[in-house]
Amino acid sequence: MSAVTTLDPAINLDTGYNFAYLDERTKRMIRRAILKAVAIPGYQVPFGSREMPLPYGWGTGGIQVTASIIGRHDVLKVIDQGADDTVNAVNIRRFFQRTTGVVTTERTVEATLIQTRHRIPETPLQENQIIVYQVPIPEPLAKLEPREAETKKMHGLSEYGLMHVKLYEDIAKFGYIATTYDYPVMVDDRYLMAPSPIPKFDNPKMNMNPALQLFGAGREKRIYAIPPYTKVESLAFDDHPFEVQRWQQHCALCGAKESFLDEVITDDQGGRMFLCSDTDFCQERRGEVASTAALVERPLSGSV
Amino acid sequence: MSDIDQPILSVKNLTKRFGDRIAVNDASFDLWQGEVLAIVGESGSGKTTLLNCASARMTPDVGQVSFRTRHEGVVDVYKLSEAARRLLSRTDWGYVHQNPADGLRMDVSAGANVGERLMALGERHYGRIRNEAAQWLSRVEMQQDRIDESPQTFSGGMRQRLQIARNLVTRPRLVFMDEPTSGLDVSVQAKLLDLLRTLTHQLDLASIIVTHDLAVARLLAHRMLVMKDGCIVEQGLTDQVLDDPQHPYTQLLVSSVLLP
Ligand SMILES: [Zn+2]
Repeated sequence: MSAVTTLDPAINLDTGYNFAYLDERTKRMIRRAILKAVAIPGYQVPFGSREMPLPYGWGTGGIQVTASIIGRHDVLKVIDQGADDTVNAVNIRRFFQRTTGVVTTERTVEATLIQTRHRIPETPLQENQIIVYQVPIPEPLAKLEPREAETKKMHGLSEYGLMHVKLYEDIAKFGYIATTYDYPVMVDDRYLMAPSPIPKFDNPKMNMNPALQLFGAGREKRIYAIPPYTKVESLAFDDHPFEVQRWQQHCALCGAKESFLDEVITDDQGGRMFLCSDTDFCQERRGEVASTAALVERPLSGSV
Repeated sequence: MSDIDQPILSVKNLTKRFGDRIAVNDASFDLWQGEVLAIVGESGSGKTTLLNCASARMTPDVGQVSFRTRHEGVVDVYKLSEAARRLLSRTDWGYVHQNPADGLRMDVSAGANVGERLMALGERHYGRIRNEAAQWLSRVEMQQDRIDESPQTFSGGMRQRLQIARNLVTRPRLVFMDEPTSGLDVSVQAKLLDLLRTLTHQLDLASIIVTHDLAVARLLAHRMLVMKDGCIVEQGLTDQVLDDPQHPYTQLLVSSVLLP
């Protein structure tokens, strides 16, 4: 498998659309929302979400953010649950290939722009990278307080006791904080934020990350951001501190101990093994991917 | 004038209209530390609107509500920032709803219901929060081992006890109650009234209780205030008002209770 796809001949640039599908006015509107989001880390900025050629739930928020910032020289990586080859990731990658003609990659180190659902790559991100998260439910308090006017007020006044009520319930029920995905965080000591359904294993990666992190929720019409090098703290109690998932096993393919592992059923006799969820990370460790840096100039992202 | 000589809550010339209708007309009263005041009247008399305006849950059209804070002297409640007002209402104030479901989070455990205010104030030690919640369950005469149960499984009386514990956990000095015992069986009501009387006394609570039931006023309130058509028609010491009502409307209310 070739990691860098330079204009797969099967996927032609479709000149019937504007670059990256969205018209320039819409992109400017979304960029303004992004700038505001960057200026107020963790704050949910409303935006005029557009109809996309995908139903809600398929990453329309993330796609609109990506479409608004992608430039001709960007190198795009799309992951879903850590993998580049799932249907959702393939569809989104193909969408951008057809509407922008940009170079795509599966290698985290080569990407300037990464759109993701459910994971942050294991390979540490760099200053010249932007990661765009697909967000189904942007409001971390939504399940606890259904009234939107009230949650807005809570954000405005930093009244976040309710989030700890949820963690309290976890401990009361299970003896530990059982929330494992979309684990709430405080951004820059000010705004409570839903990190999207990434495993809490990935939460520490958000803290002081050199890359720009953008979050797009299409159905809920919200964009939020974590600028580079911003403090991101996972909520916890003093006597029940935040902890990430750990495994007894190593990755069956690359032997990694410190990566997020998926349990895979290997046969119908109950055979199972553990594999890195981040397929690029696993391949890199196995040395299967030859460097393709020669194929790709490493330009700055975002310049159209 | 030293603060302690001031009422804890002072309502002056409060008026609230709903369209053309005047729900509360020029109401004034004072409430003192440790005092229980009953607001009595029939439905539609404006008693709940007066309670809501006095507790900053509903902005009056005219009038002033002053509260004597612990550390910052007397403040005009409606001149506080919204943040300060919300902080006040979840620390030094309590509000007990008639329907416990309106005052509780029905989908989290009893312990979390009681602990929420502590967490809102920044308490981040699970063990301490739980301990405090358990103690408050005891104080409202609930079994501590029900701490992890959902209020959904509780009877009406238990839910009301839980709502009271949830309010008292921050040791408020002023608690507003809207018909806290109505809708309960008579025997449950009597026990809850006993509990409220004990707690307000032990904690030196100031309290305003809205009720249509003169027996509740008789049992709990030091003073009472009778409302009719948005106006306070009579106020005074509870026994005086009930034993020697001056206003014809109060006389009518009292005599209707005495009928067999
Ligand atoms: Zn691996």
